[in-house]
Amino acid sequence: MAWTGNVLRVNLTDGKVSKEPLNMEWARQYLGQRGLASKYLVEEIDPKVDALSPENKLIMTTGPLTGTMASTGGRYSVVTKSPLTGAIACSNSGGFIGAEIKNAGWDMIIFEGKSPTPVYLYLENETAELRSAEHLWGKSVWEADKLIHNELQDPQVRISCVGRAAEHGALYAAVVNDLHRAAGRSGVGTVMASKNLKAVAVRGTKGVGNIKDPIRFLQETEKRKQVLQQNPVTGQGMATYGTQVLMNVINELGALPTRNMREVQFEGAHKISGEAMHEPRPTDGKPNLTTNAACFGCTIACGRISTVDKGHFTVKNKPEYWHASGGLEYEAAWALGTDTGVDDLDCLTYVNFLCNEDGVDPISFGSTVAAAMELYGMGVITKEHTGGVELKFGSAEALSWAAEVTMKGEGFGKDLGLGSKRLCEKYGHPELSMTVKGQEFPAYDPRGIQGMGLAYATSNRGACHLRGYTVSSEVLGIPEKTDPHSTEGKPELTKAFQDATAVVDSAGICVFTTFAWTLDDIAPQIDAACEGDWSTEYLLEVGERIWNLERDFNLRAGLTAKDDTLPTRLLKEAANVGPAKGSVNRLDEMLPKYYALRGWTPTGELTPETRQRLGL
Amino acid sequence: MLKALKLEPEKCTGCLQCEMACSYENTGAFNPAKSRIKVFTFHEEGRFAPYTCTQCDEAWCMHACPVEAIVVDMATGAKNVLEDVCVGCKVCTIACPFGTVNYEADSGKVIKCDLCGGDPWCAKACPTGAITYVDASETGMERMRSWAQQSPDAAPPRTNPPREKPLNVYLSGQGGM
Amino acid sequence: MKHVIVGAGPAGVVAAEHLRKYDPQSDVVLLSGEPEPPYSRMAIPYLLIDQIGEEGTYLRKGQDHFQSNGIEVRTDAWVEKVDPGARQLELRGGERMDYDRLLLATGARPLIPPIPGMDRDGVHTCWTLEDARRIVSRAEPGAHVVLIGAGFIGCIILESLALRKTRLTVVEQQNRMVPRMMDDTAGGLIKRWCESKGVTVHTSTKVEAVDAGNGEHPLSVKLDHGDPVPADLVIVAVGVQSNTEFLDGTGVKLDQGVLVDRHLRSSVDGIYAAGDVAQGLDFSTGEFSVHAVQPTAADHGRIAASNMAGRTQQFRGSVNMNVLDTLGLISSSFGLWMGVDGGDSVELHEPDRFRYLKLQFQDDVLVGASALGLTEHVGVIRGLIQSRVRLGGWKEKLKDDPTRIMEAYLARTQAIGHNASVLS
Repeated sequence: MAWTGNVLRVNLTDGKVSKEPLNMEWARQYLGQRGLASKYLVEEIDPKVDALSPENKLIMTTGPLTGTMASTGGRYSVVTKSPLTGAIACSNSGGFIGAEIKNAGWDMIIFEGKSPTPVYLYLENETAELRSAEHLWGKSVWEADKLIHNELQDPQVRISCVGRAAEHGALYAAVVNDLHRAAGRSGVGTVMASKNLKAVAVRGTKGVGNIKDPIRFLQETEKRKQVLQQNPVTGQGMATYGTQVLMNVINELGALPTRNMREVQFEGAHKISGEAMHEPRPTDGKPNLTTNAACFGCTIACGRISTVDKGHFTVKNKPEYWHASGGLEYEAAWALGTDTGVDDLDCLTYVNFLCNEDGVDPISFGSTVAAAMELYGMGVITKEHTGGVELKFGSAEALSWAAEVTMKGEGFGKDLGLGSKRLCEKYGHPELSMTVKGQEFPAYDPRGIQGMGLAYATSNRGACHLRGYTVSSEVLGIPEKTDPHSTEGKPELTKAFQDATAVVDSAGICVFTTFAWTLDDIAPQIDAACEGDWSTEYLLEVGERIWNLERDFNLRAGLTAKDDTLPTRLLKEAANVGPAKGSVNRLDEMLPKYYALRGWTPTGELTPETRQRLGL
Repeated sequence: MLKALKLEPEKCTGCLQCEMACSYENTGAFNPAKSRIKVFTFHEEGRFAPYTCTQCDEAWCMHACPVEAIVVDMATGAKNVLEDVCVGCKVCTIACPFGTVNYEADSGKVIKCDLCGGDPWCAKACPTGAITYVDASETGMERMRSWAQQSPDAAPPRTNPPREKPLNVYLSGQGGM
Repeated sequence: MKHVIVGAGPAGVVAAEHLRKYDPQSDVVLLSGEPEPPYSRMAIPYLLIDQIGEEGTYLRKGQDHFQSNGIEVRTDAWVEKVDPGARQLELRGGERMDYDRLLLATGARPLIPPIPGMDRDGVHTCWTLEDARRIVSRAEPGAHVVLIGAGFIGCIILESLALRKTRLTVVEQQNRMVPRMMDDTAGGLIKRWCESKGVTVHTSTKVEAVDAGNGEHPLSVKLDHGDPVPADLVIVAVGVQSNTEFLDGTGVKLDQGVLVDRHLRSSVDGIYAAGDVAQGLDFSTGEFSVHAVQPTAADHGRIAASNMAGRTQQFRGSVNMNVLDTLGLISSSFGLWMGVDGGDSVELHEPDRFRYLKLQFQDDVLVGASALGLTEHVGVIRGLIQSRVRLGGWKEKLKDDPTRIMEAYLARTQAIGHNASVLS
């Protein structure tokens, strides 16, 4: 079966835990993880609830391939209604806790209500226990992780945890697992903290058995591991440079959003690139990068483990940051660096440590700082607000200060915790917020990569690269090259990527496999593991169903076609340099076609035919 | 020529494919908790260390067994636990100074690496070549050397891409679920 | 050269086999005082619950193992006297036997405390296969069983008695269970664990007498306080004493057992001792103690054999250690688990989950440990103690989280897995 067939329901209000069977009919329709948990959420909450109220629910969920030998089969997701966007949120993370939940015998954990006092869930196979977290409240993820490990006397317990940022209500707080992996986007950590749930600690020793056809599964998964190995991106590039392999590539393309997306190329890109992480530092002769690292079951191993120079101003008298920890991925390096104009690699690494330590999404955080820097440059935000700090583009000192106060929720850090949209509204310049549906942009400028504009505008969780990564085709030529400056064929491309990604996110594997895999590689692995027939065609239908389910939730939550748009800057202010010079994003050429392709009305609503076709 | 598992921590990415392969071969489920090989993560140093029984000559576990439940496999040199003879007294678990014999409460027996009868699944599953099955004489010296090289201040970062492997590595596998 | 080994427990059997290997031309005779082939007392608890048959307790399973290895096994051969001058033994029944080298591996026997009623029918020790048979016949489901002594042996047979669905009462004179292996905290947890499983436990309680019962139960155990406990079966497990009486007059120096040097030689030329009867070098203290556990017996047997065969080998001392399963709660202790003067320790204690771990340090070296509920990689504690690995910065990490012993070992011993030479 590959699913365990068990759902753990945790009512935080009354402290009761219960076990119920997984709805297998829904599993057949929504596969697992993102799709299946979204189905549960949609069925169980009113889309209009306040995301931070006890009526919202939070689901930690695995996929059928989670915990198996399929490469990258260690993923889990956190699904809830987002406080940042008001839309459905599904944040995906690797590390090890997903497989541990599965090994403990559970497909998902549904948290509902709100605990009267801080608690954490300790789950050991069939034993689920809510334990006091009074002593963990106010502690960072790293501190809490250590305290919980000490308390449980088991180094093999895997922990997902929220940090101080979530406790203070920063709207883009993450749920951090295994110290430096995160369900990062859309403020899922904020929801978790709003429920007084500090952490989830899991130990599973039951294993994942019940594979439909085990020998075929081993053969299919091995064959696909070899596909990953032979692909230059997943077989070499990602291990060597991680996702940071993209920094120089995207910069040269003129699609690297710079200084709150005012520009599209960053003069300091090479200093903070994947290549730079390999270079010995002039100060101590050591490279920033210590090693690459894999998440559970991953044969790509793109993870970065970095070490900051002990003499660097950010950590000079702070030995607690002298050890190796999770280093910069491309999105973080971009948001913390390019978007703020800071080209100090060690500073970015330190701030990235802080984002892990206290659990915030570095994309949203960096973008929010970038917006604040622009407002500071305009004189709207002043030293009075910042307590004397010069919040200028390019200032490493300002960036690290901003991170510290945001994690602690102190002073101006409270404003930064609002996210770019609310911060810019507060200071009277909503047009400077580089967000869609309230969520900050990632590292691809839609003026230089047209398809990404459509992908951002229509993403069900607000601006995001992981909901339809047309960069694959438009930049890397995967599966085939399209012209990044053209809008031709982009609605089709976007829809295809969105639907396929929904499948990947629902299977328990990592979206980075799709640099080498198509659904034709994924389908046989799912089919060998799971009861029923899982062809590529059927999976595409599943993906489309998931997309429409999420869309429908968002519409019922009050979002409309008006929210399927981009900031004026990207639609009106042309790129100033590089190959895309003179271009804006031409969303209006793509959006109507996209709606039609989706089987939606011109106002972006699902038609009855579409509902019927997908069984919604 | 006897073969042995060669473990090279500097090539390990911590993916745990070995633990899944081991547990699958031995229990029919992907279950790292039941794996006889373990990968230890040194988070603060950025290191990973796969570790299992070395089938040592002294075989403290074997000599400590009160009922002759641990025996030498003449073909591989592995010290194997005979499940139907083991009474679960756990004396071998305290006798092995390497900590590689573990008691398993579910079965009431101890478990340890048996080299899969000469076709160790951990080595087959390892994507980066951190675990290989090679002539026994090769392992000792090289291991010493590789450890000597990886002092904490070693200059270049280690990045370990997957290596090439023969296709259909599991075709001979007979694991059942 | 004729090697005679007295006692067919693990030390004797391991020695016999190694003698055969080291000295192929010699005669090797293994004398057992019991009628069965060499068997393991460690396996008796599993016999009591029918997990194994009597053959399952045999130290070597091949029927002709000893014969095909050229080892002569004599059962029911009880040694009455040793004449070191003549290098002769006298067996019960008068037979005399020559030897060139003699290994004493006679082990120990249960202590019978000086309490009235120890000779009553239904009062047993639990030591030999014969004892086991008698206990099995009395320990019927529902039978009232009183166990005198909650030491290692008492605890290890608890489970068998509980699984036989008897109604159990344990009486221990000291203030906690397993006092020679666990401290107050851990011993207290074991007691609470036993009680949660329906066993009645009286600590700090003395048995004053075993009297005749009235009516339903044939025995009545009188305590120094509280009501007498009715019993169908009383098992005595208050400790053991070395089997050394037959050495009277030989000049072999005795203390708690046979005193042996680093070569496992006794004070008398040509006589060696190994296993539970031998008071050998303690790795941790540098003094001489009896470590009645199988790993020590096996080490003793191997090294004694080597020296008897003329291959000089020094014993580096044994680490006192033990592992115990009390009704499913697993405990272990190693080395100087009570700590040392001037040393320091770290303790993790989680009573709700019956987990406990205490590490004892001297400087930055681990010298002892005790644990409850720890089964993964537990042997590495022995490795850390016996290789005297300097923990350096890892000591502080262990003080933060003592469960990271395996990582500490790996981090501090460089050649992962190939450091066997450190120990031998």
